[in-house]
Amino acid sequence: MGIDPVTLIVALITVSTPVLLAAIGELVVEKTGVLNLGVEGMMITGAVMGFVVAVNTGSPTLGFLAGMASGMALSLIFGVLTQMLLSNQVATGLALTLFGLGLSALLGVGYPGSTPPPVSDPFPAAMAEIPVIGPILFGHSLIIYLSVLLVAAVWYVLGYTKVGLIIRAVGENHDAAHALGYKVIRIRLMAIMFGGACAGLGGAFLSVVRVQNWVDGMTAGAGWIALALVVFASWKPWRALLGAYLFGGVTALQLRLQAAGINIPVEILAMSPYVITIIVLVIMSSDKSRTALNAPAALGKVFHATG
Amino acid sequence: MTGEPLLSIDNITKAYPGVVANSDVSFQIQPGEVHALLGENGAGKSTLVKMIYGLVRPDSGSMTFRGAAYAPPEPRIARSTGVAMVFQHFSLFEALNVAENIALGMENPPPQRDLAKRIREVSEAYGLPLDPDRLVGDLSAGERQRVEIIRCLLQDPKLLIMDEPTSVLTPQEVEILFHTLRKLAAEGTSILYISHKLEEIRALCDEATILRLGKVVGKCTPRDTSAAEMAELMVGKSLATPARDNADLGEVILKVSGLSVEPSNPFGTPLRHIGIELHAGEVLGIGGVAGNGQDELLAALSGEVTTAPGTVTLHKNPIGDKGPNERRELGILCGPEERLGHAAAPDMSLVENALLTARQRKNLADSGFVNWGATRAYAEKVIADFDVRTPGPDNVARSLSGGNLQKFVIGREILQDPTVLVVNQPTWGVDASAAADIRQAILDLAQKGAGVIVISQDLDELLEVSDNFAALNEGRLSNVRTTRDLTMETIGLMLGGAHDMHDLDEEAIHAEA
Repeated sequence: MGIDPVTLIVALITVSTPVLLAAIGELVVEKTGVLNLGVEGMMITGAVMGFVVAVNTGSPTLGFLAGMASGMALSLIFGVLTQMLLSNQVATGLALTLFGLGLSALLGVGYPGSTPPPVSDPFPAAMAEIPVIGPILFGHSLIIYLSVLLVAAVWYVLGYTKVGLIIRAVGENHDAAHALGYKVIRIRLMAIMFGGACAGLGGAFLSVVRVQNWVDGMTAGAGWIALALVVFASWKPWRALLGAYLFGGVTALQLRLQAAGINIPVEILAMSPYVITIIVLVIMSSDKSRTALNAPAALGKVFHATG
Repeated sequence: MTGEPLLSIDNITKAYPGVVANSDVSFQIQPGEVHALLGENGAGKSTLVKMIYGLVRPDSGSMTFRGAAYAPPEPRIARSTGVAMVFQHFSLFEALNVAENIALGMENPPPQRDLAKRIREVSEAYGLPLDPDRLVGDLSAGERQRVEIIRCLLQDPKLLIMDEPTSVLTPQEVEILFHTLRKLAAEGTSILYISHKLEEIRALCDEATILRLGKVVGKCTPRDTSAAEMAELMVGKSLATPARDNADLGEVILKVSGLSVEPSNPFGTPLRHIGIELHAGEVLGIGGVAGNGQDELLAALSGEVTTAPGTVTLHKNPIGDKGPNERRELGILCGPEERLGHAAAPDMSLVENALLTARQRKNLADSGFVNWGATRAYAEKVIADFDVRTPGPDNVARSLSGGNLQKFVIGREILQDPTVLVVNQPTWGVDASAAADIRQAILDLAQKGAGVIVISQDLDELLEVSDNFAALNEGRLSNVRTTRDLTMETIGLMLGGAHDMHDLDEEAIHAEA
């Protein structure tokens, strides 16, 4: 069938990165006990804003920054509503997704078909030409390396620093954290904005680097997959990376299988990344007692400071 | 003790919408003194200590700490000034380990390895053994309290506030705690000890300030004052002790044998081979420290957790596989510990809450339609018979105070004339006079021939109401003993004593000798 494993791996990494970025942001948000279902909306807003700014300024970096800023702005709406006005997190998150989808369609009018500026790679072309490992290790845009570094940083901060300890404590028992004098709402707002920035960056990467075009609704559920990844990864950063790469891998593979004209209905191929990712992660997180231990106990609960 | 007081509280007033929590409260704490703050629930003790700890700001009045004006805007400032607090409801994180929990309560925690070492040192110095690497969710209530105390001690406080510290401890653990507190006081640390348990205050405290409805109503030296005198000051009237005429036990009505249940959450306790025989007219008291399987036992008896049919029998009929509604029809009614969310639906009215458990036995619904008239009448009857203080049955459960809601949920079950009543912590957080009423109602129910199981962590309560006593320890039930023949010491040992404290206790005694 002629599927080259090296190009498959390269494609896998590119396909996975938007989902990975959104998932790692949402992981931090959920670790503070907040469930933001607006990931999809923040991603697509990041995608359109990143694309628009990159096309108009000619600078992909400004595009990425615009994607982050717009995701963060959207998440701040969610933060103010849920943390200060104590609205329901699930309803607010869903509304944020619908809002983001509508807003992005409006902002993106006239941009489909535009070409974004090319993104330069951080490593010299000669390194990317080394057989096999060259394209896999050195042939990507900076954002991809950044996403892996971000996973490592989140893993380190959550597990080994005072800040991470406070984040986990707030998500575990916000009343106790408040009693000890931690600013629950401020910590959560900051996490929500971090999550928004990550989702926005993921969206901008999708439109500017991966697809290099703007299409209405182009995230196609990637935000929802990111949300599922966080849960099935048991809130563990490296597992989220594994889940995202698995999702990307199956997506890249099924696209190639479709192109190769294999005798499997297209619908089954198209749904396979979702099904396979979820099945694998469910099996991995099937030890219920350990998973429950890692889940933030205050997830989705409204915090109302008293006394 | 003379000289400058460590902490002086002058004319503190704090009002919340609709209620004055503290009105013109003044008292002093001397260095090295164990000072008791005594009062009923709702007397304003918690609000007062929250102001000292910087969680709440007073409306008026002032505080002076070691001669300097003291008005902590947040707990961090209070901690750095030298005030530490052990909370009534533990401020711990179950999914984090001991060292992490302690680090969260410190201003500048050392790296985890050094911290673990210091935790071991301090815990040994004060006779409170603790493993820094264990998850708090796996610890007993007594061990959790040690985590809080050590968290405070590591900051070398001048004043240690303890809010109802003994409510979850076995008698032996209470002794160990008092040993630690006396040692701290001897080293010059002042302790503000909040409780409504008079005998404990008499055993431990040097001075006492008594609060009632937010006001200071008296000060005394607990060693020279009788418990009855203090109780009168605290409650404002003398209390009748619940009593009943005689206890003739009838035949066995409820029998539990070989009951084993796996817990439904990771920090639950599995039940192991529980056996109970409950007679008509009997009050069986089941004691135990929190987290030893009380919730699980209640769930297995109420039918929330079903088991093999033969493990629970009522009048020799197997019912282990029947759910709560079927058991209610048969006459087994329950009052769980958690009032809001388990015994009552917080945002539903008392009428609706009456319907929830009384539907079957009181015929409040007919072929799917609720008879609201009868339901309202029943709710009103519960309110009248049990003196529930509420503007009316249409108020939501959440709006009632803890004691009044407790009277309502217990009354709702008792007035359905159960064959078997199972209650968990029937008077938890209820003031003394309401608690006496609830206990009397339980005794009256048994007098009429029902079997009652009272699960409680309050040993005084169990000694007062129960004919027979058994202890629940790590999901196992001890043999049943006649309550009359028991002493606090034997009960303590039945409760499993102080968890893993035996050796240390002896060491402490040798060290003193």
